[in-house]
Amino acid sequence: MAYTTFIPSEFRVVIDKDACIQCGRCAQQCGWNVYTFDEVEKRPVPDHSKCAACHRCVTFCPGGAISIKKNDLAFKHSDSMSPDLIKAIWKQAETGGVQLTGMGNDRPYLRIFDHLLLDACQVTNPSIDPLREPMEMRTFLGRKPDFLDVAADGPTDGNGVSPTASGTLRLLTELDRQLQLETPIMFGGMSYGSVSLNVHRSLAMAATELGTFMNTGEGGMHADLEPYQDHIIVQCASGRFGVDSSYLQAGAAVEIKIGQGAKPGIGGHLPGEKIDYEVSVTRMIPQGTDALSPAPHHDIYSIEDLRQLIYALKEATGYKPISVKIACVHNVAAIASGVVRAGADIIYLDGFRGGTGASPTVIRDHVGIPVEIAIATVDQRLRDEGIRNRASIVAAGGIRQSADVAKAIALGADACAIGTAALVAMGCHVCQKCHTGCCSWGICTQRPELTRRLDPEWGASQVVNLVHAWTHELAEVLGALGVNAIESLRGSRERLRGLGLDKMTLDILGVKPAGL
Amino acid sequence: MNPRGLGNLGPSAPVGRIRPRGTSRQAGPYPGTEPGQEFAPRPAWREESEQRILGGCGLMGVCDQSGKRMSGELALRSMASMHDRGNGLGGGFAGYGIYPELPHLFCFHLLYNDDVAKDDTEFYLKKHFRVVMDEPIPTKPIRGIENEPILWRYFLDIADERLSETQLSLEDYVVHAVMDINTYVDGAFVASSGKNMGAFKGVGFPEEIGEFFRIDEYHGWTWTGHGRFPTNTPGWWGGAHPFALLDYSIVHNGEISSYGINQRYLEMFGYRCSLQTDTEVVTYLFDLMLRRHGLPVEIACKALASPFWKDIDLMPEEQRKLFTALRMVYGSALLNGPFAIVLGMNDGMVALNDRIKLRPLVAARNGDVLYVASEESAIREICPHPEESWMPLAGEPVVARVSEKGRQKAIAQTRLSAGQRRAARSPQDAVVPGVA
Repeated sequence: MAYTTFIPSEFRVVIDKDACIQCGRCAQQCGWNVYTFDEVEKRPVPDHSKCAACHRCVTFCPGGAISIKKNDLAFKHSDSMSPDLIKAIWKQAETGGVQLTGMGNDRPYLRIFDHLLLDACQVTNPSIDPLREPMEMRTFLGRKPDFLDVAADGPTDGNGVSPTASGTLRLLTELDRQLQLETPIMFGGMSYGSVSLNVHRSLAMAATELGTFMNTGEGGMHADLEPYQDHIIVQCASGRFGVDSSYLQAGAAVEIKIGQGAKPGIGGHLPGEKIDYEVSVTRMIPQGTDALSPAPHHDIYSIEDLRQLIYALKEATGYKPISVKIACVHNVAAIASGVVRAGADIIYLDGFRGGTGASPTVIRDHVGIPVEIAIATVDQRLRDEGIRNRASIVAAGGIRQSADVAKAIALGADACAIGTAALVAMGCHVCQKCHTGCCSWGICTQRPELTRRLDPEWGASQVVNLVHAWTHELAEVLGALGVNAIESLRGSRERLRGLGLDKMTLDILGVKPAGL
Repeated sequence: MNPRGLGNLGPSAPVGRIRPRGTSRQAGPYPGTEPGQEFAPRPAWREESEQRILGGCGLMGVCDQSGKRMSGELALRSMASMHDRGNGLGGGFAGYGIYPELPHLFCFHLLYNDDVAKDDTEFYLKKHFRVVMDEPIPTKPIRGIENEPILWRYFLDIADERLSETQLSLEDYVVHAVMDINTYVDGAFVASSGKNMGAFKGVGFPEEIGEFFRIDEYHGWTWTGHGRFPTNTPGWWGGAHPFALLDYSIVHNGEISSYGINQRYLEMFGYRCSLQTDTEVVTYLFDLMLRRHGLPVEIACKALASPFWKDIDLMPEEQRKLFTALRMVYGSALLNGPFAIVLGMNDGMVALNDRIKLRPLVAARNGDVLYVASEESAIREICPHPEESWMPLAGEPVVARVSEKGRQKAIAQTRLSAGQRRAARSPQDAVVPGVA
């Protein structure tokens, strides 16, 4: 048989011939080479099969002549064998390979955030107007002591602790180092190599302006980011790319990446095509080689090994906070408890909807559990063990809007991290083709003609605007709840109600159903 | 603190005749849930709301810092002037220095639904304490006060062996016992559990409750009072203020919007918030911070009603470090939402407003006596011309301290009968003392 492929194109590029001004910009903009410009007929000719629906051409077409349609081929209906699955089988029958994809899980699993509702004040307690009253978002991540020791200087009364009017109070407890966030939203780890340097620059500038933190991901830190290093968390993953002592000391904190929500249990995959000179220098690997980080850390085969690495990093950095990032898997509460007892100051929970630059589709779509469940069980487990104060919880993986932040914090998270949402602010259209390195928006690529499309200052301003907007929305939520500090929402599950969730899920979340 | 209580109570350890949780006689599970799977651990009183009770209130406190004792009539009269701040669904008082005959014994004021609850509780008390004496709390019939529970008080001592067996401090031991009774004994409620103090509370207007309990016949150096305006469900006797644990008692006007996290924070330290009312968490937070963490009361107040970051950032270095650490470590103890509270304790009284003063609180001083109340009129009712009166600022505690010397003097001045003196020396030989 002489078929080249069974697989029909996913999209149809439709060009309005009357509106097209034959400028050829579409061909110039497309990172996937969908268009060839026919010099004889003076018109673009699309190859539909290459289109990723990233809308770069649509956005930049001066005539507004292009639209992208779904290639809506009729298949005989089957609830079981959907067209997507049929196409996947064809693809694998043709190639014999593992299917790859980018971004987060796109399957229609229950989105628990969308089944949680927040409370508001009426009559008996007043709501607070965030436009007139302060709303405090400041958050500290890191280990807190069980209690404080306070001494009174000067004369005290009979019981020895309360000062008389002339006495002053002094703090005796020495606190561990903390990360101070002015808003409980930070940026998740996305490595230089998977994303472009301009993305890293944008996030570092945004984090500095916002008083929060960006995370280098596992690909090291480019020298250009040094001015922002007080707002950068440096990651140490299984591949140890770009890790040396100056890198560890540069960051405000170090994150040990054990797992990632999009691909729990497997390592990183950065194809050699994305390893240009700058990436190779930053990662400390040869140019053009595949950067494959191992699935486990080969020096961490159990929890006691993790403890050694945590304390090695603390020693190397003068006891900066150490974050441990784990993917949310079935036994996440017990794992988190072990991680906290191993000495982690921050536990970063990455839910199964978390994004990625490249992951086997089977892992992305079928492994892990929702971050909502993980926050609830980890927070409760740490409280049951009386060690909740020993580590802060950062929730990530599926944080799409400020409401998700509010709900995650009410469930028990200290802060949330966003990755995909920040990229979307910079132009990402969530086409899920990050692994191809052809990103027309210059985000998930290293091709210089594409990466130059993202101006870091513009990128930073987009992200700053987004986080400001979400922070304002969080203030509105707090005001409606009648509280004026984020710590009064944190873990306050009493202010959440579930709608359309089953009893068992509600019990696990520690949330009452609406109506109770 | 062991969250399982004194080690032989709790759902997994049936003891004697105490009914384990989940077999409550009258309160069924919430609608739509499976039997035995209810969300709240303990809807044990017929009258008790299944949901948190919200409402507004009136409150007062008076403290003679010299330790001189005043009749409860003062508190009663002050509360009566704020009649309209309550709706007759709850009133109560706490008095300090009212049992000078037995100042070293823990006095438990108990409210019982029925004789079974009383039997269960007494079985428990006798197992864990030396009951030096017990008697009904004296009352007199008042029009408007009806359906009162069985009201009983116990003067308790703890054998040293029990403390060494449980490895608990005296106070922790009592806290465990109170938590056990309130959580697991169906239809029993400990209204107060401190030394030389007591809480008198119930359903009715405060002046009716005060008369019912004959509080004018008690004398104390500190009195607090409360009239309640719950906005749903009839009040139940246990739900009236003050809420007391050890010698800490709280009267509270307001609603704690951060109740959810305050409760979960306290649970980490072994407290069980079973009463479905936010005032309970205030009492436990003070117990945690003052007694167990040993924080000065001023600092504890600054954790409950923290200054804003914008103000902390402007403080001098040392102070900024202290307040930053305080908010970091005790963020989950921040009481957010509108409140005015008066904390009574054996060595004084503290009044506190929330961080943006969303509920009224007035203070006045006349000589050694400090007054606080929801309304100035309630102070002028009992002290027409105070030397000074003022509106305390948001989050600024008003602190009154009764000196140890003054308290000892007040106790020493109490005229005891020979039997009472014997009881005070060696509790096992005690005879029944009358009301002071």
